[in-house]
Amino acid sequence: MSIVGEIIISALLLVGAGFMLVGSLGLARLADPLQRLHGPTKATTVGIGAILMASMLYQFVGHDKISFHEFLIALFLFITAPISAHLLAKAYLHMNRTDRE
Amino acid sequence: MIERILPHPVLTAVLVVVWIMLVNALTPGSVVMGMIVGTAVAKLTSVYWPERAKIGRPLLVAEYIGIVLYDIVVSSLQVARLILFRNPHTLRSQFITVPLDARSPEAIVALAGTITLTPGTLSVDVSDDMRSLSVHCLDIDDPAAVVSDIKQRYEQRLMRILT
Repeated sequence: MSIVGEIIISALLLVGAGFMLVGSLGLARLADPLQRLHGPTKATTVGIGAILMASMLYQFVGHDKISFHEFLIALFLFITAPISAHLLAKAYLHMNRTDRE
Repeated sequence: MIERILPHPVLTAVLVVVWIMLVNALTPGSVVMGMIVGTAVAKLTSVYWPERAKIGRPLLVAEYIGIVLYDIVVSSLQVARLILFRNPHTLRSQFITVPLDARSPEAIVALAGTITLTPGTLSVDVSDDMRSLSVHCLDIDDPAAVVSDIKQRYEQRLMRILT
């Protein structure tokens, strides 16, 4: 594998891991449950995206293979991330409403 | 006749492509198997999809996906900055209500998903009459600007794609 390829792949992995770390940090740092949902739905999506790109590049540069699995992982993630966030938000609202009544 | 065998041509096409990607090889065998799976699944689930969602204008779809992907990257940087450098108790988080012009359920679902994935916003609920979305914002000054931004940037485009 060429040195350029290795550098790009490592950079993508680091960027991805960085975003995942920030997303998880948001989960711990932000004040209320609805704010906390903002971290995982966005930062983590980009984090996983970067790691998947690194994986595709590794297959392509290192093994001369074009891999489609990463596309599918990204696709399903983009479809499911809003839905799980929506469920969590609804559950939170529901609990708060019963608290006040 | 063709409607009996292929109740949802777009769904079948998507399933064929997904199957080929899952197998990770473009061979005659995987294409045939994908077509069998695609037709069977579309046929078996057609009971739950009495109406056919109309997806038109592939160029607009491509443009929309491009815009959303770009916004996801930008929004992640913004949210990352807020998480790292701002005191969480000074964030001006609030709910806003986005009135909906789109009427088709598919467009509303796509819009809600897009809002969740893009800058500092999270769709929480749709009103019972499906006329407005309730959206939570992480840090905003001007709710009216966010609403008009969502409507112009995403809803207008989605209404042209999903009629």
